[in-house]
Amino acid sequence: MTLLEVTGLEVEFDTPEGVVKAVNKLDFSVDTGETLAIVGESGAGKSQLVMAIMGLLAENGSARGKALFRGEDLMAMKPQELNSIRGNQIAMIFQDPMTSLNPYLSIEKQMAEVVIHHRRLKKDEARAQAIEMLRAVRIPDPEERIKQYPHEYSGGMRQRVMIAMGLLCEPDLLIADEPSTALDVTVQAQITQLVGELREKTSMSIILITHDLAVVAEICDRVIVMYAGEVVESGTAEDIFYSPQHPYTQGLLASVPRLDQVMEDGLHAIPGNPPNLQDLPDGCRFRDRCEKASEQCLEPPPVWESGVGRTSRCVIPMEGGRLQDDVPPADEAEGGEGPAE
Amino acid sequence: MNKPVLRVQDLAVTFTSFTGGILQRQERQIRAVDGISFELFAGETLGIVGESGCGKSTLSRAILGLLEANRGRVMWMGENLTKLDEESMRQRRKELQIVFQDPVASLNPRMTAGDIIAEPLWTFYPNMDRLQVDERTRGMMKVVGLLPNQINRYPHEFSTGQCQRIGIARSLVLNPRLLICDEPVSALDVSIQAQIINLLKDLQNKLGLALIFVAHDLSVVRHISDRVLVMYMGQAMEVAVKERLYRKPLHPYTNALMKSVPVPDPKLAAEARRDSWLTGDMPSPFKRPKGCIFHDRCPYCVKRCEVDVPALRRMENGDWVACHRAEDLDLSIIMS
Repeated sequence: MTLLEVTGLEVEFDTPEGVVKAVNKLDFSVDTGETLAIVGESGAGKSQLVMAIMGLLAENGSARGKALFRGEDLMAMKPQELNSIRGNQIAMIFQDPMTSLNPYLSIEKQMAEVVIHHRRLKKDEARAQAIEMLRAVRIPDPEERIKQYPHEYSGGMRQRVMIAMGLLCEPDLLIADEPSTALDVTVQAQITQLVGELREKTSMSIILITHDLAVVAEICDRVIVMYAGEVVESGTAEDIFYSPQHPYTQGLLASVPRLDQVMEDGLHAIPGNPPNLQDLPDGCRFRDRCEKASEQCLEPPPVWESGVGRTSRCVIPMEGGRLQDDVPPADEAEGGEGPAE
Repeated sequence: MNKPVLRVQDLAVTFTSFTGGILQRQERQIRAVDGISFELFAGETLGIVGESGCGKSTLSRAILGLLEANRGRVMWMGENLTKLDEESMRQRRKELQIVFQDPVASLNPRMTAGDIIAEPLWTFYPNMDRLQVDERTRGMMKVVGLLPNQINRYPHEFSTGQCQRIGIARSLVLNPRLLICDEPVSALDVSIQAQIINLLKDLQNKLGLALIFVAHDLSVVRHISDRVLVMYMGQAMEVAVKERLYRKPLHPYTNALMKSVPVPDPKLAAEARRDSWLTGDMPSPFKRPKGCIFHDRCPYCVKRCEVDVPALRRMENGDWVACHRAEDLDLSIIMS
């Protein structure tokens, strides 16, 4: 069953240098119990797209499109309506566990606040639930540790607290933005395993935003690959890792140094740098860095499709794929203006 | 056999931290680097790996004299750097250079790329001809893959990957013989990371540099190092040639670190339900465990490990390991 369906999402930022289009006409969906990875390099627009869905864009940002969560459009909601969903049915874990917790409040206060607000629990009930959740994410001695402040926790433990906090209201959808990036590999492995276990135990859907393909391989069912604000390829984890179609995905996979392999002639590197979003090339946005680029790439590339959710945006035909009838919608495309904040 | 260019012997750096109020001030010692020894040959790359807080950056700074060592020697071409006076050390810095982790923060935003790269030249050769400096700067930019016509641009006009190239150009402009790279790629995107690793490897081959590559990422280190030093809480756990280390680590900590590294392959990841990774966090530096410093997180810990400190000892194959049980553990890693 589809839990979240996003169509025609666009995110723009108004900057002194002009309008920057961070996300361009994006469609994707998440099913119940599914883990979706959104992969891309910095500037690909992966964080901004979820910020737009959650109504958390910065003041100069604006979003258009639809994000149907159980049939209701998140983008068209009033802030009060959104507040009853955010943190309750959709929880978010932010990238930096060091700065996402309030240093002035004890862990107890910060965790209890969530359930007191959303579930109208009494203080001691909230505390009991928070302790239980800390135990679930394997914080040792939670009855004592809950009284402590963030600085008394290590980085890995703070990220666990963030996860515990996100799970307190038993959300249907958990959005994790680079949850293990700031952590050591050893701690990263613990966090990845924890998320994997949660996924098996509950029917929660997860959107994992990351640049780390190895983490994706460990826990995700489906993957969408973004480049310069667009989806360049999407498919199941097997599709993406074993038969990547888009030259960018192929290059990305080849440039990951692997512990289990040595590339004798050096790593494969994608030449050049990601494009400046203010000055995007016409046609294919990956053109300048692509080994397979040709004259055809000066035109916007077509989207190939085979089966549900398997796409590639490239002039090179996809194995067994057919062209998506992607007629560029006229400007009067449907979809109301979403709230900016 | 040629002689090593750098020989670090029993190097230790201790920081003092104060706690309590003015009246009950207490001193506590943090042993950030605790008796590290290794050798480095010209043209060789030594990778230094470990979790954050293990002392790897402190070690690299102590080698360059950017931090004062409390004990031990840093022998550079037969000369003890820790005993040099300021001026002689300054002169040595021409030969010893460093590339920092954060490529953007380590460049002065108000200087042009050209001025940043040329600054070491002006510092050491103030009478150098302007045209000569300019030529050398442009040459250096070409070497690291920047366009010489970008010489008058400011750091914000470059991407992070290009900023790191400027940092590398600055460190190479004096023709150093030792280059220390402190997490040079951890702030970069994967596609750019590969560019910089290949660049460093390439430059080393061309220039015959001795390279110390500090990183937390074992898979990155595998691609650039000849030998690897694994650090934990300021001490060396294992120093070994890369081929052996990645095939069959001798120290349980090395093994645990490797098992924590995810592999970008869904099937392999599903098979390798990483069973014996590390539990818990690194102990507080104020409460160093007795015996082997790793024993409380080690899945192979026995009674002896809780009491006896294992010395870093040389194995038959020439590698070094600090573990009592190195001979009887089989920590082979299944690799393709």
